[in-house]
Order: sequence, then C-alpha cells, then structure tokens
Amino acid sequence: MEANTMGFLAAGIGAALTVIGAGLGIGKLAAAAMEASGRQPEAAGAIRTSMLIAAALIEGVTFFALVICLILALK
Amino acid sequence: MKDTLHVATQTAEHGESGSAIFGELLHHVQDSHEIEIPFGHIELPQFAPIHIGGMSIDLSITKHVVFVWLAAIIVSILAIVVSRRYRRQVIPTGFSNMIETMVVFVRDEVALANMGKGGERHLSYVLTVFFFILIMNLLGLLPYGASATGNISVTAGLAILSFVMIQYSAIRAQGLGHYLAHLTGGVHWALWPIMVPIEIIGLFTKNFALCMRLFANMTGGHIVILSFIGLIFLFKSYAVAPASVGFALGVYMLELFIAFLQAYIFTMLTSLFMGLGIQAGHPEHGEHDH
Repeated sequence: MEANTMGFLAAGIGAALTVIGAGLGIGKLAAAAMEASGRQPEAAGAIRTSMLIAAALIEGVTFFALVICLILALK
Repeated sequence: MKDTLHVATQTAEHGESGSAIFGELLHHVQDSHEIEIPFGHIELPQFAPIHIGGMSIDLSITKHVVFVWLAAIIVSILAIVVSRRYRRQVIPTGFSNMIETMVVFVRDEVALANMGKGGERHLSYVLTVFFFILIMNLLGLLPYGASATGNISVTAGLAILSFVMIQYSAIRAQGLGHYLAHLTGGVHWALWPIMVPIEIIGLFTKNFALCMRLFANMTGGHIVILSFIGLIFLFKSYAVAPASVGFALGVYMLELFIAFLQAYIFTMLTSLFMGLGIQAGHPEHGEHDH
C-alpha cells in the first residue's frame, strides 16, 4: 500500500473513532439531562441550557479530530 | 445551491472520480480570489505579497475578506438603526424588539452572569463579538454566500482579540502584580521555571480551542452539505436527488442552529474567561441569585 492509500484509510478510521467518542460522550450527557429533567421538571430550562453548552464543548473537541482527518485525507 | 452548472461541466470533462468532485466541493468552501454572483463571477483585486522579515503576507482582497467587511457593515447598520428607534419610542416593537431580546439575553444570561459587577465596561466587546460572529455565520447560509468564519485566519483573529481582551480585563481588575502572581500558581519558588511556562501555555490553549471550535464547526457543516449534493454528481443520476436534497435540507437546518449556537458559545466562553479574571481581582462574598 502506498502512502496515499494509508492516509485515506487513516482518515476514515480516525473519523469513525471520533464519531464513536463524540456519540458516547454526548449520549451520556443527554441521558443525565433527561433524568434530571424528569426528576425536577421546573429546572428543565436551565438543564437544557447547560446540556447545550456541554454538548458544544464536546463537539469542539470532536472537530479538532475531524480537522486532522481532513488534513490526512487531503495531503 | 451554488455553481452547479460549473460542477456539472467539470465532472463531465474530468471524469467521475471522487477526488475530482471533492476538489470542486472544497473550492466552494475555501477562500478564493473571485466572488460568485448569479450568471458569472467578479474578479477581486490581488496585491503582491508583502515580505516582512522572511514571512510573506498576502493582503489581497479575497472572498472571505469581502464577507467579513459585509458582516461588519451589517452589524454596524443594525446597531445604529435599532438604537435610533429608541429615541422615538421607548418600548420597541417588531424588529427592534427581536434585537432587544437578543441583546438583553446576551447581557443578562451571558455577560453579567459570568462577569458580575465588574463586567459592565466589557459589555460592548461581548455584544459586538456575538452579533459579528452570528452575522458572519448566517451569511454563509445564503445562496452565493460564504462563511468568513470558515476561514481559520478569521477565527484566529477573533481568538487573538478575545485573548487580548481577557488579559486586559484580568490585568485591569487584579493589577499587574497580582496577575503575574497568579501565573505562578502559588507553588514554591523553586517550581516556578516549570509552572510559569505551563500557565502561559494554558492561557493560549483556551483561546486556541475557541478558534478551532468555531472554524471546524462552520467548515464541517458546509462540507457535509456539499457532500450530500455531490453524491448526485458521483452517481450521475437524478434518482439520488430526492434523498440527497432531503438530507442536505436536514443538515442545513442543523447548520442554522449551529450558527446561533457557536456564536453563543464563543461569547459565553469569552465572558466566562473574563469573569474568572475579574473575580480573581474582586473576591465576591455570597451567592448571586438570578
């Protein structure tokens, strides 16, 4: 396999692992938020805001990995 | 959505290889020296690179530069027009009402909640950053538009500006001596050569994360939308079109939400870091109730 092929393969595997990590992380976050909202419905607004903020931060980390995968795929 | 006729001819001429289509697709996301308008394009002026001490800086006006200026003009006009309406009627209606809702939201929930009492003098920066990033993100969703925030130089500039404002607010609140003392982290003086570089790097990583998060969110979203449309060209049949356009529409709506969310996140993190610096200077006693 030449270097280009390995680069594409690496980019694909990297993107898949990144998505697994992000999905697991945000899934746990959403589960905790749902449970907390169910326990105390009047705090649902504040919980939703905090959940969105944490989800955006986790996705920020995901996108670092995505950018690296893109660089791999494009070189 | 964009220059589909152009992409179609390119595909027909260069063959159906995936990398050719991907190259065309990237051309829409990256910066370029021409702006596309309906039925043609405008060539933008290119200047020769300026060489300063080994680096060459290219100051030509590119597509993203034009969109940054456009967003700046829109934000300025918005702010001036809406604030002038307050002279005629104190209670806003219609468009001013919407802008006031957003301004009050950013002021109360984001800026003052994070920065506390010492934050009023930094309100103008926080509000400007929010609306500027929001308008830049939204301009990328219009036909023939481009997100200037999809360019890492633009987000790096915003992150550098936030870095300067965060250090300025911290120094102003704490005084230069206390600010430098916080950099040592309160350890024994023998550990300072290890601690100070780590703390200085820590000052930069937060803003680097701000830059990368905004850049990658905007660019990634556009690449996904263009990839879905590019599937039509890859399969070279119209049968893919309904599913492809449907998916692209779904991601488009997500992009609209992400535009607002990323502007909010950038603003909130900037005011959070400013608040950490300000509160280290004025220790607060007691809790704040919202």
